[in-house]
Amino acid sequence: MSTFDLIVVGAGIVGAACADLAAAEGLRVAIVEPGSIGGGATAASMGHLVVMDDDPAELALSRYSQRLWEAYADLSEAEFSRCGTLWIARDEREYTGIAAKIARLAQAGVVAEAIDASALYELEPELTPGLAGGMLVAEEAVVYPPRVAEFLVKRAVTRHTHLHLGRRVNALTSNGVVLDDGTRLSGPVLVATGCALPELLPMLSLRARKGHLVITDRYPAFVRHQLLELGYADSAHGSELTSVAFNVQPRPTGQVLIGSSREFDSSREVSMATVRRMLERAFAFLPRLRDLQALRIWTGLRPTTPDGRPYLGAVPELRDVWVAAGHEGLGVTTAFASARLVTDQLLGRRSAIDPAPYLPSRVLA
Amino acid sequence: MAEHYDVLVVGAGPAGLAAADAAASHGARVGLIDAQATLGGQVWRHDVRSDAPRVAHSAFRAVESRTNIVHFTRTQVVAAAPDRLLVEQEGEARSLGYASLILACGARELLLPFPGWTLPGVFGAGGAQALVKQGWPIAGKRIVIAGSGPLLLAAAATLRKHGASVVAIYEQASAKQLAAFAAALWRWPQKATQAIALRAALAGVPYRAGAFVRAAHGDAQLRSIEVQVGKNIQTVECDYLAIGYGLVPNVELAQLLGCALDADGRHPRIVVDEEQRTSIANIYAAGEVCGIGGRDTARIEGAIAGHAAAGVRQAAIKLHSARRKARRFSVLLETRFALDPRIRELVTDDTIVCRCENVAWSALRDFADARAAKLQTRCGMGACQGRICGTALAELGRFARGGLRPPIFPARLATLADADFAANPTDPFIDSNQENFA
Amino acid sequence: MNAMTKLVRLHVDGVAIEAPVGASVAAAIAQVMLRFGLRPGGDARAPLCGMGVCFECRVRIDSVEHQRACMTIVRENMRVETTAEPAHG
Repeated sequence: MSTFDLIVVGAGIVGAACADLAAAEGLRVAIVEPGSIGGGATAASMGHLVVMDDDPAELALSRYSQRLWEAYADLSEAEFSRCGTLWIARDEREYTGIAAKIARLAQAGVVAEAIDASALYELEPELTPGLAGGMLVAEEAVVYPPRVAEFLVKRAVTRHTHLHLGRRVNALTSNGVVLDDGTRLSGPVLVATGCALPELLPMLSLRARKGHLVITDRYPAFVRHQLLELGYADSAHGSELTSVAFNVQPRPTGQVLIGSSREFDSSREVSMATVRRMLERAFAFLPRLRDLQALRIWTGLRPTTPDGRPYLGAVPELRDVWVAAGHEGLGVTTAFASARLVTDQLLGRRSAIDPAPYLPSRVLA
Repeated sequence: MAEHYDVLVVGAGPAGLAAADAAASHGARVGLIDAQATLGGQVWRHDVRSDAPRVAHSAFRAVESRTNIVHFTRTQVVAAAPDRLLVEQEGEARSLGYASLILACGARELLLPFPGWTLPGVFGAGGAQALVKQGWPIAGKRIVIAGSGPLLLAAAATLRKHGASVVAIYEQASAKQLAAFAAALWRWPQKATQAIALRAALAGVPYRAGAFVRAAHGDAQLRSIEVQVGKNIQTVECDYLAIGYGLVPNVELAQLLGCALDADGRHPRIVVDEEQRTSIANIYAAGEVCGIGGRDTARIEGAIAGHAAAGVRQAAIKLHSARRKARRFSVLLETRFALDPRIRELVTDDTIVCRCENVAWSALRDFADARAAKLQTRCGMGACQGRICGTALAELGRFARGGLRPPIFPARLATLADADFAANPTDPFIDSNQENFA
Repeated sequence: MNAMTKLVRLHVDGVAIEAPVGASVAAAIAQVMLRFGLRPGGDARAPLCGMGVCFECRVRIDSVEHQRACMTIVRENMRVETTAEPAHG
């Protein structure tokens, strides 16, 4: 078969979610993925499902999607672990700012509570002394995205989705795609290729933003929640060449996962200079982290748009070409909402949230 | 802490000791690094209850007597750059700068999965020998030796010497292969003498060719093994099983540095020229990392690398013909001890393949490549960093091992944050994020 | 340290033992037990490779986790603890 209702290019968590939803809607779907399912940024990610409140569009999308993730809480492949997110305030100024965040999150239906200094150390005894307190979002969880991507693709395949694994889309055609082995598929195309977006859609501006992660051996209960410094959003939204921010996660295995770093670089090479900065930042919050045994370091490339919001929707200059890419550090969190928004537009339906902030047309003249 | 050396040698086995001695003999400032507490690598490993062989002693004395060799024992290499190594010595990070680097990282045993191989009491053959030399109590224990290669005899002799009751030695190579091997030893008279001495030391121990262990059985620990000898399958009771299928080069550091590897066989080795130079101009390699060739090859190649790294080509060139002769032993080993294909088919669905993460063979069946298998099952994500499972899977013909990132061994997080290693050599290290907010 | 027979005194899971000077912690543990640790699922493990590559011999030494017993030499008064509880997940 070579004619489809939707050709999804890329089987990362975003592409997989889109394909799965489209197949569930009864569409005849094809997926084209040159590497492993969930093998790109999805595999490198922390898998933290987090509602970010700094930008209203990000807040809406992440909250909508986080709710959709709840359906997977009992899926064994998801390794869903509701450790909660604990944002750390270093000083009184940061602590005072928490009230506004709690209010914004409450408006979006997310329950967050202020944690004073003494309660903070009850929750996380390993934190360095002298911190002012924090904000706990207890319902948030961490997952293992590559296995979820695999699950979603498998489910789509049970609904007659055609999987072209190990194949790459060489080009868009007037009515579909042509693959690297010459195969032609016809039908509307959804490009969900993450950092590779400019290869097929050069008119949509996107850069790769490298991040590093380090994982340790097993130290159960060293940290209990995903810990982030309140300044994390500044790092994510900032334009500094290289920035680091404290971001540490307890894996269900008992291993500790340490991030985060950002630098505009499309190579996957580990930069020990960046690793050093990132670790020193982490040591400042968790001094005894220094003594833990590290097993692996890896990098991932975040697909980054100029305004930091993903492209979700029709590509204006082309016919029947859609995009779901450019999620920066929120690809896992916002995968399901991304799938909803794009599928809604494909099928001419209203979305649960306003799709305007993410439309590709916003960046094109 | 940052230091600089003219020549850094990684590994203090026969190759590394010879390399350090040769380089230092020309006045180079040499750093000799090894993860063990004592010199000697694996083949000359310190035995707490016995003396080292004479040839080992003189190699140790040679490097200990040179004041321009600095010893870094209990020191693990963690990461590498073109001009420096990040090492961890008993928990402390050090950045060691080098002008030339000699990789003498040696080999590890090829350990293949089979039902019951994770039971306490199942060791590698070299593994059992290493543990006994470290003081493991073995007197009176019944031990079966199995697998392949001359290492089995050496291990058996050590174990017997320390009071173990060696029940039998099961060599998978056929009697015909073994006879051809023995017949070819006349070319290396020292080895022939060693072989005769070993057979004498093992008088009375049943030695079966064309035999391999199919399974290990036990409860909390090993109680018996199932061995196939010819067409017969027998059960043999024992306390310990020492089983290894030969050696595999430790190429991880070379891989991290970007040295070209020869991946013709199932297990890569470092490609070198006649001066033991790798594809990177200031990096040399010698001994087992260049292909399993035994101790004598390692010593000669180490010396060549040491002379070459110190810039004294003439001294290196003099050893070329000795090296060629010694290296031919590699070919003999490879052909005469080639693995019986049935040994690669012993795994069943329940057999654990990734020991660190407890991933069974059945979980790995559906995957075409190592990456997908790793992501979906965690195979290879444990502390051994795929050294055991990855090597085994390569031997079983499933997946080739992939690329490498630092750290090449687990290390303290504080070590990974070492300032000297991360510093840019041309610009001083500027850390704009160093706020002190406490 | 007993100067006459060159032994080192240490504790393995609370059991007082003596090991020869220069012996590894793995060799010392073997005097007491053959179970060094537990994997997810509860399987007991003991050393395999004896040379620091398999990581099956990891134990807690003087309160520091995940030390390779086969690569560590015994010291006077060392406190060694094998992994009592299985790592979860």
